[in-house]
Amino acid sequence: MQIYLPIADLPVNIFVILAMGFAVGFISGMFGIGGGFLMTPLLIFLGVTPAVAVASVTGHIAAASCSGAISYWRRRALDLALAFMLLGGGILGTAFGVWVFTTLRTIGQLDLTIGIAYVLLLSVVGALMVTESVRAIVRTRQGKPVELRRPGSHTWFHGLPFKLRFKRSRIYVSAIPVSAIGFIIGFVGAVMGIGGGFLLVPMLIYFLRVPTATVIGTSMVLTLVTMASATVMHAATNHLVDAVLALILMVGGVTGAQFGARAGQKISGEHLRLLLGLLVLAVGVRFAFELVLTPEDLYVIRPLESGA
Amino acid sequence: MMWRFPAIVLVAFAALPASAPPAAAERLIASLSNHRVMVTSNFTGDELVLFGAIERDAATQPHRGGYDIVATVTGPRQNLVTFRKARVLGIWVNVDSRVFENVPAYLAVLANRPLAQIANAETLRRLQVGLDNTVLNQRAAVTIADSARDDPFRVAFLKLTARQGLYREDPTGLTFLTPALYRASIPLPAQAPIGDYEVDVKLFADGALITRTPSAFEVYKAGIEQSVSAAARDHGILYGLATAMMALMTGWFASVVFRRD
Repeated sequence: MQIYLPIADLPVNIFVILAMGFAVGFISGMFGIGGGFLMTPLLIFLGVTPAVAVASVTGHIAAASCSGAISYWRRRALDLALAFMLLGGGILGTAFGVWVFTTLRTIGQLDLTIGIAYVLLLSVVGALMVTESVRAIVRTRQGKPVELRRPGSHTWFHGLPFKLRFKRSRIYVSAIPVSAIGFIIGFVGAVMGIGGGFLLVPMLIYFLRVPTATVIGTSMVLTLVTMASATVMHAATNHLVDAVLALILMVGGVTGAQFGARAGQKISGEHLRLLLGLLVLAVGVRFAFELVLTPEDLYVIRPLESGA
Repeated sequence: MMWRFPAIVLVAFAALPASAPPAAAERLIASLSNHRVMVTSNFTGDELVLFGAIERDAATQPHRGGYDIVATVTGPRQNLVTFRKARVLGIWVNVDSRVFENVPAYLAVLANRPLAQIANAETLRRLQVGLDNTVLNQRAAVTIADSARDDPFRVAFLKLTARQGLYREDPTGLTFLTPALYRASIPLPAQAPIGDYEVDVKLFADGALITRTPSAFEVYKAGIEQSVSAAARDHGILYGLATAMMALMTGWFASVVFRRD
């Protein structure tokens, strides 16, 4: 069944979009991430312009992380104080990201920037995740204890001022790195149309030593608020959010996430991280090929942005 | 404008055999199957039918060479940018761009035979008949001028718009059902922009323009498509808030429906 998307100005098959939402939702439920880094490229592949894809996916991620955050909230597996601290930076980062997005769009380099950002971010993060999880798997095979959190080992930013105690996560850290992480995630999310869950979770674990019990729930609260505000800001400044597209994606996504979450519980943590790392890496490599290979056409046409 | 009339008559007479009747004796009638094309949620493109007849008064002899008709459909005007990519440090970057000012977002030229056989190049150029003869203004630093025919940006522009089905030149797009009755179908792709479309039907005989007749139609969004796109454009913040609320509701709803504990 074909449906005409009002903002993307494109007819699409509603079942294809639903299936895409479901598949990405399945993966996002399985790994506890928003799945924007998969959804945005898929939409671009379908013919949606990168700008509309990035802006509309923010709504989809907000929905996915909302249903996730609620179920973590019921299990008391999230740290609201930490989430609010991250949010302070997150909102600022999102606003800055939307501004950069608008500027790049005006000068005609948005597609390229999205492409390069995907390649760099995804291949670096993917490679790190793969090596880390392979090491963890090897360690478990050799019968050594899993060593994720080393108490007492301090890094340089434990010496920063404005220290705060986060009771539920049982950590005592400065507000500066917390807000900085929030800012980075908000910025990256707004420019690339990703929630940043796959970045935020490792950052919280490795830099802030947030225990695994609260990390995913906390990350989902942050993703929820940054993505919901990115939706509003993209709609207000660029008028590119396609609500019909976002709604179809959401319905598929939240359903898929439930099944994904059940599947994820059957796989061990290291293997899950290895799979996610490979997935992230694959998307990054795919984007790299696109940038380097000679394009089919050396010319592209875009409507002139008003005010340019 | 007065100088133009004798010029056309002169050209017409020059091209006609001496025995030909006066050029103004034919009337061209054109009608469209639909004057309002509605874009709704199941819009996947549409096809309009242009049909009409050539009427001669009793005194007029038919042209021995027969008649030719060229219908030009011009969509709403837009400013479009064409970017050129080049390899910089190993990756492909948009390095150069040209703005095409006020060019039609849709352009279809439908004729009953190849344009070159209908009239000579000079006539076609003067009347702007055919994609190659259409003025596509390019914005340079300060001036705006028609692009050169071999300009790579213009060539690329025509190629890309043709691939999207937005620009087309079809020498078989118009058919004569009888020597006096003609019919053409105007294909509108799903990407056809919203707005007013002008149809200009020109009647040629023996290489000269005899008469022309205008028509028009409108492509507009209706129903939910209309409300969504109008809301997104006019009330960005409210629209964004509504979309965000919708996301939260969907998420909440899913967590209730699939609750396991």
